[in-house]
Amino acid sequence: MRLLKLVPDNTNFHFLRLRWAALTLSLALVFGSWALLAVKGLNYGVDFAGGLTMEVGFAQAAPLDDLRRTVGALGVGEPTIQEFGGPNIVAIRLPLPPGEEGATQKVVARVTDAVKARHADASVRRVETVSGKVSGELIRDGAIAAVVGMFLVALYIWFRFEWAFGVGALSSLVHDVSITLGFFAITRLEFNLNIVAAVLTIIGYSLNDTIVVYDRIRENLRKFRKMQLAELLDLSVNETLSRTIVTSLSLIIALAILLVLGGEVLRGFTAAMLLGIFIGTYSSIYIAAPLLIWVGIGRTSFGGGDAAAERAARP
Amino acid sequence: MFAFAPWQRWAIWAVLLMGAVLALPNFFAETQVASWPKFAPRQQVNLGLDLRGGSHIMLEASPEEVARQRLQTLEEEVRGELRRGDDAQRIATGEMSLAGGRLSFPVSNPAQLDAAVERVRRITRPDGLSGQRDFDVSVIDGTRVVVTPTEAGERTALRSAMTQALEVIRRRIDELGTREPDIRVQGANRISVDVPGLKDPAALKALIGKTAKLEFKLVDTTVSPEDLAAGRAGPGSQVLPYAEGSRAGGAGARIAVNRRAIITGDQLVNARQTFGQDGLPVVEFRFDSTGARRFAKTTTDNVGRQFAIILDNQVISAPVIKSPIIGGSGVIEGNFTTQSANELAVLLRSGKLPVALTVVEERTVGPDLGRDSIHAGTLAAVVATIAVALFILVTYGRFGVYACIALVFNILLILGIMSVTGATLTLPGIAGLVLTIGAAVDANVLINERIREERRRGRGIVQAVETGYREASRTIFDANLTNVIAAAVMFILGSGPIKGFGVVLTIGIVTSVFTAVTFTRLLISGWLRKRPAELVL
Repeated sequence: MRLLKLVPDNTNFHFLRLRWAALTLSLALVFGSWALLAVKGLNYGVDFAGGLTMEVGFAQAAPLDDLRRTVGALGVGEPTIQEFGGPNIVAIRLPLPPGEEGATQKVVARVTDAVKARHADASVRRVETVSGKVSGELIRDGAIAAVVGMFLVALYIWFRFEWAFGVGALSSLVHDVSITLGFFAITRLEFNLNIVAAVLTIIGYSLNDTIVVYDRIRENLRKFRKMQLAELLDLSVNETLSRTIVTSLSLIIALAILLVLGGEVLRGFTAAMLLGIFIGTYSSIYIAAPLLIWVGIGRTSFGGGDAAAERAARP
Repeated sequence: MFAFAPWQRWAIWAVLLMGAVLALPNFFAETQVASWPKFAPRQQVNLGLDLRGGSHIMLEASPEEVARQRLQTLEEEVRGELRRGDDAQRIATGEMSLAGGRLSFPVSNPAQLDAAVERVRRITRPDGLSGQRDFDVSVIDGTRVVVTPTEAGERTALRSAMTQALEVIRRRIDELGTREPDIRVQGANRISVDVPGLKDPAALKALIGKTAKLEFKLVDTTVSPEDLAAGRAGPGSQVLPYAEGSRAGGAGARIAVNRRAIITGDQLVNARQTFGQDGLPVVEFRFDSTGARRFAKTTTDNVGRQFAIILDNQVISAPVIKSPIIGGSGVIEGNFTTQSANELAVLLRSGKLPVALTVVEERTVGPDLGRDSIHAGTLAAVVATIAVALFILVTYGRFGVYACIALVFNILLILGIMSVTGATLTLPGIAGLVLTIGAAVDANVLINERIREERRRGRGIVQAVETGYREASRTIFDANLTNVIAAAVMFILGSGPIKGFGVVLTIGIVTSVFTAVTFTRLLISGWLRKRPAELVL
C-alpha cells in the first residue's frame, strides 16, 4: 500500500530568506487591521452592543419587505432584517431601546405581536436580549479573558524555553488576533461571544503550532552548535513541515465540514477558526521563528554557554 | 518504553471501556434509557438550552431600591416607636426626611433628644458577625436625629432580599410545572433563571418579571376631577392609574386612594382562578385570620364606600362595599381572561418579590431551533470524524488505523466524562468536539512524522518507534498545556456559551493525550512484539 505523502522527504525550502518580505506583509496587515478597527470598528452582535435579535421562522418564504415595514412602523428603532440560513427564516435585529434596563423586553413583545398578527404561520425560534449594562460587562469579560489567556501562555513559554521565545510567541499571538479582528472589521461578520471563544481557540492553536517549531529549534540548537541561526531555523521549519501540513489539513477538513453542515449559528465561529488556522500556521513560520534572529538568541541558549560550546568544539 | 506490565494494559483498557460504557446512554433515546436496569449507566450528556430549547433569563435588582425600601420601613418603625407609651413617654418630632439615603428628623422638645436617640437605637439590630449594627444613630446640629444605614447592614439586606426573591421565583416557576429549572443568585444583585424545554417563554417572563405587590386601599372620593387629572391628591392620599385592559376606564384612567393599605397580599393564604356569577374568570382568595379580622372590620365600617384592589401600583378594580365581608375570603373581578386570572392567582399564591426585578438578559431558544441545532451539530461531528479518519488512514496506513481507533475511544471518553460529571454540552461545545477531533490527531501526526524521520536517518523499526514516541511526547506535552491554559481561561473567565466551549475543550485535550499517546503506544507495542520486518509509513 502506498501512503499519501504531502511533503516529500528532505524538503528544504528557504523559508527565512523571505522573512523581510513576510515581515512587511505582516506589519501591513496588522497595522491595516488596527486602522480598520479604529475607523470602522467591529459589527458587534447583541452580546456586545445590547439590544435584541429574534429569529423567526415561516411556513413559506419569509416576507422580508412586509416584515421591514411592519417592524419599522412600530417605532422601536431601525430594524435589520435578513434571511438566516434559509429563505423561510429571518433574523430581526433591533438596537438597544433608550430608557430603563428592562425596555428591551417590551420591544420583544411588541415585535412578536405585530408579526404574528400579520403572519399566522410565524414562529419565534430564538430570542436574545441583552441590556446595555450586561453588554458592557460582556465586552469587559471577553477582553479580559483574551488578554489573560495570551499573557499566561506567553508566560508559560518563557518558563519552558527562554525569554526570547516568549517574546516571539506573544508577538505572533498579537499578530494572529489583530488580523482575525481585522477580518471581522472588514467583512462586517457579526462579532459575538462565540467569536471570542474562537479567538481564544486560535490563541491556543497558533501557540500549539509555534511550540512545535520552537521545540525543534531548541533541539537543533543543542545538536548543531556551529550552524548559522537562519540556516538552523530553516532546517527546523522544514523538519516539522510535514507535521504542520498534515495537522492543519485535518483541522481544515473538520472545520470546513462544520462550516457547511454545522448550521447558521456556528457560521461566524467556524469562519474565524478557519482563518485562524491559516494565520496561525503562517505566523509560526514567519513571525515566531524569525523573531528569534531579531531578538537574538545565540549559542548560549539552552545549557550550552560559551565555555561549554568551546569545549565541545575542541577535538 | 514499550514494555507494559500486565496491570498497565488492564488499567488502560479498563479506562477506555469505562468511557465507552458511560457514553452508551447517549446513543439511545431518553425513553429507551429510562427502562434500563438500575445498575446500567443511564446518565446522558446534559444538553445546553441552545440545544434542547428553553430560556435563560438574568434578572437584576437595584441595590438602591432595596436601600430605599429599607429606609421606608425604618421610618415606619421609628414613628411607631416614638409614638409608643403614655403622654410623658411620647416624643414629638418634626417632618421626617429620607434625603441623602438616610433618615433624619428634628426632635421638637430638646430635652427628649437623648431619649429619642436611645429609643431609635433600640430598633437597630446587630449585623451578624460583622460587629456593626445595621444602622448608625447620631445627632447633628444638637436637634436632629440622623439614622444612617451601615454598609454591612445594606449588604445583609440586599443578600436577604435576593434569597427571598429566589424563593418566590422558584415557587412561581414550580407552578408552571416545568422540570429541572435552575435558579440561582449570581453576584450581589442578580438572579439567573434557566428553564429548559418551555413551550411558552412569554408566560415565564410574565410570571417572574412581576413584583406582585397586592394592596387593598379605600378610595378617596374627595379629590376633584381636575386634581385627579393633574395627579394631585391631599396628604395621605395618592393618585394611581388603572391597569391596562381593566374594565373601569380607558387609557389613562386614574383614581385616588388612601396611602395606607387596609390589608396587603402578605395576609393572603390562598388564591385560585375560578368563575364568577356572570361566568367570567375571577380570582378567588382567602385571608389568614388577622387579615380576615381586619378586612371584616374595615368593610363593616365602610359599607357603601369604594375600595381599590391594587397590583404593583396599578388598580385592577374598585368595587363598592355592598355589605360587610366577614368570611375572610373574596373575589377579584378585573376583566380577566382565564389565562390572566390564572396568572394572577399564581402570583398571589407565591407571594410578592421583596424587590422589583428587571430582565437584563434573555436567551430563549425554541424547541424547533434546538432540534435543528442538535441535528446539524451531530451530523457535522460524525461527518468530520469520518473525513479526518480517512485522511489519517491514507496518510499513515497501519499507524493511521491505530490513530483512528484512538480517535473513536477519545470521543467515547469525552461523552462518558461529560455524562457523568453533568457538564453541559452547548452548540459551541459541539464545535469544540469537532475541533478536538482535528487536534487529537495532531499528537499522532507528531509521533508518526517523527518516526518517519528516524527511519530516514536509518534507525531500525523498534528504535525509530521508540525515539519517535520519546521525542514527540515532550512537544505534545508543551503544546497541549498551552491549549489547556487557553481553555481554562475560557472556562473560568468566560460567560455562557464560552464556558460550555471551554469545558469540552479542556476535557478533550486531557483525554486526547491519553488516547493518542498512551493508548496508541499500547496498540503499537502489541504489533512490535510480533517482530515486524517492515514498516510502511
